[in-house]
Amino acid sequence: MNNSFLRVSIWVYLVIFFLYLLGPLVIMSVTAFNSSAFPRMTPWECLTFQWFGELFQDQRILNGIKNSLIIGAGTVVLSVAMGLAGALMLTQIWPKLRATYYTIIIAPILIPGVVLGISTLVFWDRINRMLGLGADSVLSNGIFLTVIGQSTFIASYCMLVLVARLQRYDIALTEAALDLGASHAQAFRKILLPFMRPAIASAAVLAFLASFENYNTTTFTFGGYPTLTIELAQKVRYGITPSISALAFIIVALTVFFALLNEAKLKRQELVAAARKQATVEELAGKIKLPSFFAGNMAAVLLVVFAVATITVVGTATAYDPGQCIANVKEQKQLEAEQRIQELRKQREEQRLRREEERKQRFEGVFEPGDLQPGSTEEEAEPDTGTNNSGFGNVFAPNALGGDSDEGEAEPETPPAGNGGFGGAFDPNSLQSDD
Amino acid sequence: MSAGVGVDLENLWIRFGDFVAVRDANVNINGGDFFSFLGPSGCGKTTILRAVSGFLDPSEGRVLIGGNDMQGIGPNKRPTALIFQNLALFPLMKVWENITFSMEIKGASAAQRRKRADELLDMIALPGQGDKLPSELSGGQRQRVAIARALCAEPDVLLLDEPLSALDLKLRQHMRTELREIQQRVGITFIYITHDQGEALTMSDNIAVMRAGVIDQIADGKTIYNDPNTAFAASFVGENNVFRGKVKQVMGNEAMIATNRSGDLVARISTANQGKMKEGDDAMMFIRPEAFAIAPDGATGDHFVTARVNHEEFEGNVFNIFTEGEGGKEIKVSIPNHGQSFQDHTGQNITLEYETHNAVLVPAGELAAE
Repeated sequence: MNNSFLRVSIWVYLVIFFLYLLGPLVIMSVTAFNSSAFPRMTPWECLTFQWFGELFQDQRILNGIKNSLIIGAGTVVLSVAMGLAGALMLTQIWPKLRATYYTIIIAPILIPGVVLGISTLVFWDRINRMLGLGADSVLSNGIFLTVIGQSTFIASYCMLVLVARLQRYDIALTEAALDLGASHAQAFRKILLPFMRPAIASAAVLAFLASFENYNTTTFTFGGYPTLTIELAQKVRYGITPSISALAFIIVALTVFFALLNEAKLKRQELVAAARKQATVEELAGKIKLPSFFAGNMAAVLLVVFAVATITVVGTATAYDPGQCIANVKEQKQLEAEQRIQELRKQREEQRLRREEERKQRFEGVFEPGDLQPGSTEEEAEPDTGTNNSGFGNVFAPNALGGDSDEGEAEPETPPAGNGGFGGAFDPNSLQSDD
Repeated sequence: MSAGVGVDLENLWIRFGDFVAVRDANVNINGGDFFSFLGPSGCGKTTILRAVSGFLDPSEGRVLIGGNDMQGIGPNKRPTALIFQNLALFPLMKVWENITFSMEIKGASAAQRRKRADELLDMIALPGQGDKLPSELSGGQRQRVAIARALCAEPDVLLLDEPLSALDLKLRQHMRTELREIQQRVGITFIYITHDQGEALTMSDNIAVMRAGVIDQIADGKTIYNDPNTAFAASFVGENNVFRGKVKQVMGNEAMIATNRSGDLVARISTANQGKMKEGDDAMMFIRPEAFAIAPDGATGDHFVTARVNHEEFEGNVFNIFTEGEGGKEIKVSIPNHGQSFQDHTGQNITLEYETHNAVLVPAGELAAE
């Protein structure tokens, strides 16, 4: 009883936790397919792929992606190289200095990215000027500065990843290679580098992602080469469209794809290793019987399902035309808007009649009733300000000024908001009717 | 057997800061020998090996391989191959790639390498295992792959750093024989590092006994066992009973020492110390457990020791009697088992007899830790 309660609450907790983690992503992804001009899930209007098309026609976004990819590649090369050098140095350095060295090399992770961005900019600008180069030199190029700036701290991340692997390296392996006649370069290339390969791959992926999503360092250094994050931030400032959701959806889909691919590959290696273990010597020499690709590999199955789903979606997107639906929705909207206008008008008419009725009863004979009539043509021309008009229009109408406590709360000194305030009084129609 | 390439250490000193790891080592290793450095851990034997293989520069003195000074020549240029204590097989390479790594460095084709690997795999009795990874082999198999990898480089000198220490007892004993066989087949010089005197004695042509950076004795196994130079060599190699005393009288190659509790005893002065020991010197006499025999009660003289039996145990091939000597020191006596009946002496006093030439006298010195 108690036990089952615990189990249920764990499940509930898990559901809530994953909703918290993945909910925003799901909602954002869904908004990419809604034809509503503002990214939202409800009310659902039409299934559309137009935002993807819009995304791929947005030159600024495409240019941002291109810059991000170039800068990402540069950062990967520089950061992994610096990280590997730093990690190797850590194993070589005099043991007493090791802790100090480690602290220094880790420090950039703790320094705010903004500071790194500014200091990169200032530092290289100084060097640029010292060398007497112009503003268009390589040293003040946005790509160069961004790669350098991002690498200052991404290299530290890479080093952490590489050090973890390097700690498991037996230096005797290098010595063995040297002893067997290899030069230091050969020992590095043939023994250490292959050993480090998985960690180098991890570090490269990490460096690329860190570079791709970086904003606060890049914002100081990008110069003439805004990255995707910079472009997005600038776009959001002027309001967002579902094409940004579309971009997010593509990134999420790519992430899922590569995660599944990696998982399938790992599982595959595991299965192959297990098969090797059971294989006899003869089998090993030539044709080892490997398990088929999908056997016992859940991730591979999911990967294929995912790929098929993607192809289906893309196929549907090319064939699918939401024009009819959108037209319907438009029509629907128009109808709704008209209906609303009608209702408002009716409401106002009723109010007017009621007030007129009241006035007639109280101030009979004081004013000409024709004065009070607000121009009905004006109301039709400006349906949006209609409410306003009725709200203040009658209050500040000249006849109301003389009127009773009922509507006298509004001080006459306060300047009336909107033209509606005077609209009724100086309306040409009312003047006309005065005649 | 081919002459092989010899290795000479001349006045070799190796220091790490203030610490002296090797103190004035002078060793001549003949070409084609199986030579062992035997000593407890931390005595500097691995340091010597690293100096020979080129991973370490001597602080003073020279290392000569085949008569050539190796100063300034890196490990990859020396005609040596080292078998590491943990073997250091390349984990990501298959067995055949491991074995022929030295050929890959020289740019041999895959077919050539494959062929050579198969030959070597046959030699180490692992035919057809070339496509496995080192992690897929057993400890003994890995051991043999490491040997094959070193031999593939065709070194003049093979250096082995306690390669058997990670193996279990059975395998270790088997590999001893195998190593010796391989050495005799290829005919190159083997320099073997070990702290296991059994390994050193069974395999080596010559042994250097080391203590705290100093080489105490260089000789063949029989000499080291029977005629040790120092108290350390006597106590480290094999089991030994020690009697302390002062030299009372030197009689040619023999001397009489006065012990506190066992009276005057006569022993042979070890060869290296003959003519050097004088009356009044502190001395140590060593008698092997198997050199004792039980004498009739009441016998006395300069080659009899009386002792009380603490306990006895039957080991199969020998019958061990542990007695309390007169210095409170335990004396172990091993009587070979010929199927005779043993009388239990526990709690009794017995008289032990030895032959003078089986007792070795050396100057008093540091003993090996138990």
